[in-house]
Amino acid sequence: MMKSLDIKLWRELWDMRMQALAIAMVIVSGVGIFIMSLSTLDSLYETRETYYRDNHFAHIFANLKRAPLSLVKRIEEIPGVDKVETRVMAYVNLDVEGFADPISGHIMSLPDNSRGLLNQIYLREGRLPEPGRDNEIVLSEEFVQAHKLKPGDKIRATINGRRKALTIVGVALSPEFIYQIAPGAMFPDPLRYGVLWIARQPLATAYDMEGAFNNVALTLSRIMPGGANEQTVIDRLDDLLKNYGGIGTIGRKDQFSNRFLTEELKQQRTIATIFPVIFFGVAAFLLNVVISRLIRLQREEVATLKAFGYSDFAVGMHFIKLVLLIVSLGVIIGIGVGIWMGKGMSNIYMVMYSLPYMIYVLKPQVIIAAALISMAVAVMGTLYAVYSAARLPPAQAMQPELPAKYHTTLVERLGMQRWLSQPTRMILRHIERRPLKSLMTTLGIAMACGIMMVSGFQEGAINYMVDVQYGMSQREDMIAIYTEPASKRSLYSLQSLQGVEHAEGFRIVPANFKFEHRFYRTALHGIEPEGSLYRLLDTNLDIIELPEDGVILTDYLAELLHIKTGDMLTIEVLEGRRITVQVPVAGTAKQYLGLNGYMRIESLNALLKEGYALTGALLKVDDRYQRDIYAELKEMPRVAGVVEHNSAIESFYDTIAETILFFTFISTLLGSSIAFGVIYNSMRIALSERNRELASLRVLGFERNEVAYILLGEMALFTLVAIPLGFLIGYGLCAYMAFQFDSDLYRVPLVLGINVYAFSALVVLLSSIVSAIMIWRNLADLDMVAVLKSKE
Amino acid sequence: MTESAEKTDVPMDNAGSDKEVVFHVHGVTKVYQMGEVQVHALRGIDLDLYKGEFAVLLGASGSGKSTLLNILGGLDSPTDGHVQYAGGDLTRASEHELTKYRRYHVGFVFQFYNLIPSLTALENIAVVTEIAKSPMQPEEALQLVDLGDRLHHFPAQLSGGEQQRVAIARAIAKNPDVLLCDEPTGALDSKTGIVVLEALQRVNQELGTTTAVITHNAGIAQMANRVIHLADGRISQVDTNETRLEPSQLSW
Ligand SMILES: Nc1ncnc2c1ncn2[C@@H]1O[C@H](COP(=O)(O)OP(=O)(O)OP(=O)(O)O)[C@@H](O)[C@H]1O
Ligand SMILES: [Mg+2]
Repeated sequence: MMKSLDIKLWRELWDMRMQALAIAMVIVSGVGIFIMSLSTLDSLYETRETYYRDNHFAHIFANLKRAPLSLVKRIEEIPGVDKVETRVMAYVNLDVEGFADPISGHIMSLPDNSRGLLNQIYLREGRLPEPGRDNEIVLSEEFVQAHKLKPGDKIRATINGRRKALTIVGVALSPEFIYQIAPGAMFPDPLRYGVLWIARQPLATAYDMEGAFNNVALTLSRIMPGGANEQTVIDRLDDLLKNYGGIGTIGRKDQFSNRFLTEELKQQRTIATIFPVIFFGVAAFLLNVVISRLIRLQREEVATLKAFGYSDFAVGMHFIKLVLLIVSLGVIIGIGVGIWMGKGMSNIYMVMYSLPYMIYVLKPQVIIAAALISMAVAVMGTLYAVYSAARLPPAQAMQPELPAKYHTTLVERLGMQRWLSQPTRMILRHIERRPLKSLMTTLGIAMACGIMMVSGFQEGAINYMVDVQYGMSQREDMIAIYTEPASKRSLYSLQSLQGVEHAEGFRIVPANFKFEHRFYRTALHGIEPEGSLYRLLDTNLDIIELPEDGVILTDYLAELLHIKTGDMLTIEVLEGRRITVQVPVAGTAKQYLGLNGYMRIESLNALLKEGYALTGALLKVDDRYQRDIYAELKEMPRVAGVVEHNSAIESFYDTIAETILFFTFISTLLGSSIAFGVIYNSMRIALSERNRELASLRVLGFERNEVAYILLGEMALFTLVAIPLGFLIGYGLCAYMAFQFDSDLYRVPLVLGINVYAFSALVVLLSSIVSAIMIWRNLADLDMVAVLKSKE
Repeated sequence: MTESAEKTDVPMDNAGSDKEVVFHVHGVTKVYQMGEVQVHALRGIDLDLYKGEFAVLLGASGSGKSTLLNILGGLDSPTDGHVQYAGGDLTRASEHELTKYRRYHVGFVFQFYNLIPSLTALENIAVVTEIAKSPMQPEEALQLVDLGDRLHHFPAQLSGGEQQRVAIARAIAKNPDVLLCDEPTGALDSKTGIVVLEALQRVNQELGTTTAVITHNAGIAQMANRVIHLADGRISQVDTNETRLEPSQLSW
């Protein structure tokens, strides 16, 4: 008995194959993006956890000026501390043969014959430096790859003012530097920033750190003694290091590289929640419309089956099976697509982050969840239609449905009637007869448009951040960073270099900002009040006048601390005499990167009760002399590093170009699958519902295109309304994502260029045109004779 | 031509060979391929229809009446043979030419009315007059079928007979050269059927429209000039009525 019903099922599925495929595509997208984002999320977690565990990534980190090794004992005595490792580290200038731009390096000590106790490096190639050798280094993989170096090659470094040739003996990665970015830089730039490891003794000698350290990392015991927790350990360590120039102890969650990774994971989670919801919603809607139509067409068959003694359940199951078949198709392909995209994403993360490996994790739960959610949503979407079909008493179902009732539409009642041709009236009345369905269709198409905008948004946001940060706020060509605070005279010597057009000094001190019970550890910047190279901007991007006294905070920092202009901010300076002062907040500045406080440089120096001191200088230079200036800066012992933004930005764009392409490709795929799914299915159903009407018009002498107008005109109207609506939805989605992505590391500006709108609209229009062409072909098969033979 | 409307009982036996031929059907066959089986719907039809005549097609179910009418109306094409309309060959016409033919020359009336549900009575007519060459006013056409007071009703608000009269009004509103009706009274009771037939007769006589009507009802044949009998895809007999009856006089 069931056998023949199943044959009917397959036959029906075959008859509606294009529609089924269009719906399946939407499900493919939903399942695909669900699996992609969740598997990427799981993979990143798993990879990070494994990496951290295997390489003993520390729990707590601290930098300080200089402390004797004897202090280690006291650190170990802090309750809750498990292992402690001290290191010597410094920022240096690097030189690679044939590469003229400034390169800054972060050099760290390695214990003899060891990858370290904590934060162990992952040796990809080569070996560790021989104990005591001052010319052997292990170099970070990203840097090695960017410069196409290999073990045995030499690079040069200026270590504490002395140039030195160093031989690369190994290539490594480190859990501390998964996200590698130079201090103060906006983007990672493996060409101009590298991490290197060298034997401890020669490095200590070079920096006068024999028997001492300036960096310490520790892990916490698995079982903490009573009362001890991460924060108490941090506080104790802070106390201990205070007298040794400690500039703040941080937990793992604040460790820079780890923070970035955490933010990235958060973004993935946002994506994993919003998008599948949209896709599954659209799929449920489409299945509902298509199955409702199918059931309406089969009223009599349903009645006949029931008259023959099939149960309500059997009849209901028949349609549910059809739904499940379509969904299964979508789920199966979606899983494949999801895995493919997940691997693609993971690879992108491998490229963007320095991970030694990527453990691609595809949890069975994720697949099961994807399948179950899509099935449940689809069945829910069609349940009502199926339920009413199953419940219909046979006698009633045998009767054809009552003829459709129409009314004159609002537009016509408003007196526009005269200008509307009969086909146009048909369009309007058909739309008005099913307001909910029309609305949902429009909304579906709008969703497609909205989703498309998300990919463009990320690119636009980056462009805008760069424009504001480097076009308007920071306008120097180079930054020279000093090894330690220097007098104003240092500025004159920079200004006297040939080609330097203008130089402005700045002072940066690490500080803890406190308001009420909230605090944030960052830096206080002293800048020139009337400077032209570093300018603070307000929300309208107008330049802010630095007040005589008082501090200007990054707007997001003010929000974080819940502090308003006029409130007194407590600043604990983490350097020098470590004074604590109260300063009024004079205003906030718009900044997309990092959180800082700003003051006039004299005010800052006065506050610190020190003379005029600089920690670096901003330089505006003549392009022609840029290389020479750089060469001279490198020779200056006072200059620890040189940062150049322009080239960094360029290389950043190069690195992300591929990523952006990948995202654009995926979102176009997703957007067009929704647009096509919604438009094609709506048109097919409209065609089936109005088959008789349209064939009758053909009989009356309407041309195919005149008949098509009635069908396609309706869709065109939906599409035209959907596009602006989609812009709104897209804007909302982007705003939501920007809001979700905001963190103290960076804020994502919500800028949507005209090109983003145009591209989204274009994709929707193209999907619409493709559907229209397919429907146009179907219109050729309109059977005029058949439609005259039967009553509806 | 309108004067002749008065002389309804005048025999039109002169609708013979000396009259202008509108349709010239020659050797038309129609074969439907149903998988393995061939269905011969028409097996060689030769027929002329004359300008202004009122012809009735009679025959058993499945004898090929609708097939023939659909071919005359340019909805279908024969497997073999020729159909000439006003000197042009319909069997050689393109899809576009057939559409134009239907648009400007043919009026159709069907058993199931085939009105557009989303348009009112008046608009159902306007939909045709808007694309025709020299149509009458839609209101005028509805007046002809006595529906002047139902202009703004949607099909769902009209009775079957009223819907069929709207369909007739729609068919005649473009001032067609031929009016083709497939069982126009098939779905109606006798009283309503007579009203509809009166409308058809009035159009035929007042406008001189060549009219072909398919029916199962032999009684209706009595109002025709000629009665064409079909059996098994062939014309078995053609009768010419000496006197035509008024629809009201028909024995249903
Ligand atoms: N599309 C088709 N495919 C196959 N066979 C068809 C098709 N249309 C008609 N036929 C067959 O052609 C023959 C003639 O059909 P037609 O519709 O012309 O009959 P009819 O005289 O109008 O009958 P009725 O009085 O029942 O309407 C019938 O045997 C019918 O089964
Ligand atoms: Mg028939």
